[in-house]
Amino acid sequence: MSRSVKTNSLPRDLGFSGSLDVGVWQWRLASLFIAAIVAIPILIIFSAWGEPVSAVWTHLANTVLPDLLRNTLVLIVGVGSGVFVLGVGLAWLTTMCEFPGRRLFEWALMLPLAVPAYVLAFVAIGFLDFSGPVQEWLRSVFGRSVWFPRVRSEGGVILVMTLAFYPYVYMLARTAFLGQGRNVLDTGRVLGLNSWVSFYRISLPMARPAIAAGVALALMEALADFGAVSIFNYDTFTTAIYKSWFGFFDLAVAAQLASLLLLFVGVALVAEKRMRGRARYDVSGKLAREQRYRLTGWHAIAAFSIAATVMLLAFVIPVLQLLMWVIEAAAQDLDTRYIRFFFNTVFLGALAAGLTVFFAVLLAYTYRLSPERFTRAAIRFSTLGYALPGSVLAVGIMLSFVWLDKQIASTVSALFDISMTQVLTGTLLALLLAYVVRFMAVAYSPVDSAFERIKPSLLQAARSLGASNWQILWRISIPMLRAGTFSAALLVFVEVMKEMPATLLLRPFGWDTLATRIFEMTAEGEWERAALPALTLVIAGLIPVVMLVRRSSSKWS
Amino acid sequence: MKVLKNLFTCLVMAAWVVPVIATAGDELVVYSARNEQLIRPLFDAYQAKTGTNIRFITDKAGPLLQRLKAEGASTPADLLITVDAGNLWRASREGVLLSVSSRILKRNISSHLRDPHNQWFGLSVRARTIVYSTQRVQPKELSTYEDLASAKWKGRLCLRTSKKVYNQSMVAMMIARLGEKATEKIVRGWVDNLATDVFSNDRAVIKAIDTGQCDVGIVNTYYYGRLKKKKPDLAAALYWPNQKGRGVHINISGAGVTRYAKNPKAAIKFLEWLSTRPAQELFANGNMEYPANPAVKPHPLVAAWGGFKQDKLNVSRAGELQARAVMVMDRAGYR
Repeated sequence: MSRSVKTNSLPRDLGFSGSLDVGVWQWRLASLFIAAIVAIPILIIFSAWGEPVSAVWTHLANTVLPDLLRNTLVLIVGVGSGVFVLGVGLAWLTTMCEFPGRRLFEWALMLPLAVPAYVLAFVAIGFLDFSGPVQEWLRSVFGRSVWFPRVRSEGGVILVMTLAFYPYVYMLARTAFLGQGRNVLDTGRVLGLNSWVSFYRISLPMARPAIAAGVALALMEALADFGAVSIFNYDTFTTAIYKSWFGFFDLAVAAQLASLLLLFVGVALVAEKRMRGRARYDVSGKLAREQRYRLTGWHAIAAFSIAATVMLLAFVIPVLQLLMWVIEAAAQDLDTRYIRFFFNTVFLGALAAGLTVFFAVLLAYTYRLSPERFTRAAIRFSTLGYALPGSVLAVGIMLSFVWLDKQIASTVSALFDISMTQVLTGTLLALLLAYVVRFMAVAYSPVDSAFERIKPSLLQAARSLGASNWQILWRISIPMLRAGTFSAALLVFVEVMKEMPATLLLRPFGWDTLATRIFEMTAEGEWERAALPALTLVIAGLIPVVMLVRRSSSKWS
Repeated sequence: MKVLKNLFTCLVMAAWVVPVIATAGDELVVYSARNEQLIRPLFDAYQAKTGTNIRFITDKAGPLLQRLKAEGASTPADLLITVDAGNLWRASREGVLLSVSSRILKRNISSHLRDPHNQWFGLSVRARTIVYSTQRVQPKELSTYEDLASAKWKGRLCLRTSKKVYNQSMVAMMIARLGEKATEKIVRGWVDNLATDVFSNDRAVIKAIDTGQCDVGIVNTYYYGRLKKKKPDLAAALYWPNQKGRGVHINISGAGVTRYAKNPKAAIKFLEWLSTRPAQELFANGNMEYPANPAVKPHPLVAAWGGFKQDKLNVSRAGELQARAVMVMDRAGYR
């Protein structure tokens, strides 16, 4: 299959650096610096292996670990195939086909991104479990023995995570499909392929880097998740990590377990890249509207119903339930402070998104400029942190900041005889850097897969015309990366708004956000009062989504 | 674009400068694992009374403790407030708390609710007790926590997950009283009696009993209080177990002055104030918990559930035995 998408016979290892590795040392330096900022907290977590292996290990291995590994595997397979089918299927429908409501679904299907998985989980259980309104109503109509599928189950948690995480795949796959030139599909048609075959043989393989990036993000999120799984009481590997830390007070074991998780993710990512082999994915051209397959009759109805069902389950019903809870239980909590929470949330999201995407572009570009292995390995390593459970990574980040603070303080007091406390920890800058560390992978994947689609010959041509590395990046790459960087910025924006553990631990005094409000309520089990910040968070999440939609519709359709 | 850039620069500068300057003056910094909506009223009241400016962040106990530990002598925090005795015990073990000898605190807080080494003090009491269905259970059928492991409750018991520290502390205190072997047998009995998979919160346990999914459960009383307030016809009631023996299992939320507090005197004064009547009333009424100061009465709604004998074993034992409790629950298959 890779043969069909191979358009260039350059050996892959050279990237497009063949004629570009001139004057790259500044780029390397900058990138190594950024990679170091991101990698140090991760390395701190790995350093836990320096601690003696404690008895907690044997206990875990003898009791819960086998089940947890099995559960985690089931979750990966379930959520992985779920988000693949939903994400790719819906992306294909909305880009390549024309059906009633397509223009609405095109952007509306991104909205579930704004609903955090833990919110979807508590809505699903509150709504559907034994004591929820649905089953109460069923019992009142059909009597006590009415059958209902078990909600707090393997299937339930997989469904919820699929609905929460499919937008990653959807967004990235969509960008890829839209970027596929019409000539490619024309070729397919000329060769007599029907729509299914050309999807399967041409579009899908060509979109592979983007789809892989999306599925990887969704799976890393599923692996790192603690909120949704604990609401479902579904024990995964993360459960063991938190059990070691909070139950046994043994952070070392927690960090050791977390680093194993990371190792697993790293191996999986490398394996996927290897399997792609030497295939290249650069394309040219844009999909024009008249290119779409016009669906009619029951095909159109089916397409509409599928998109509508996903929308309903992943967004409309949860939002309505939240709204009902707000009216019922949380309306009295609404006060002027919410203006500040809202502002803080959006402000942090926007700033962190800009910063992270900027760094990600720099890293991805250097990765391509530089043929040197160490730089490339450092860059790849710095994008692993996303698979770490949030609280564990937050502690890693906090430890590195506190360490840095102590160095600064001792230097200053040695030089000027002033005693000072913290200059970094507890500042806005520290929090923003924490977001960069946590979400580098989220920004890097879309940017990287967008880079994959740029023809190296184009950049080489620019170089041969005398363009500097900056000019190549600024005038050629960035305009071509637009869709990818928008996706990246949107994803980071929304992720930061939903982020809880790092925000809690590192925010400056008084900098409460909507996510920390959700924490305050849920920590003592007041789920219904949490509906107010949760709903506000969803509304705030619409801002970047709508921004993206407006940008993309003016460019793409 | 330029405006954005300037704004960015200003904010970064502000974020750098403000915390450095603002540490001077009469103010307290608090790290709190007790929720904002439950703790803020106390800060506000103290601020109004004394003019002391209180700044705080909230988080889970685990990360806050790590931060205190990492910051060491450079920590801005003067006071650590957290829920669960195990977390407080852990904080004192990690050496981040200061021993405070205060006659006021000793007088106001019963001795089993504070650290034997005076590093932390309980400020509110949380009773973890049995809740039963008023439709399917007679109170006289109930007796002890241990009895919930007997065969007559097969398929009728609902529990919250063992991952919640409240259950870990409860089982730890059972180990302290009954020994590990006997406790493990009881926990196994509970697991055998479960009507459905364990829940992620106490509220869900009460609702399951109310709607008929199960008949008995173990919960913290204030969750029951909150639900009862919202739904007066709740078909569930509280029962005080082990009244002939050790008494009802209790836990605390509490606080300690940090070892490297910048303002230890003000912190101790604030802590002492927290043990006095006005603060204890705020503690008790805000969340329907029991005051830690025996001279202060609980909220009328709470008082209506009747008095009970509480387990007087020092709550620090819950911390010491927590790891063993988690192991017991893991072995027993209590998720």
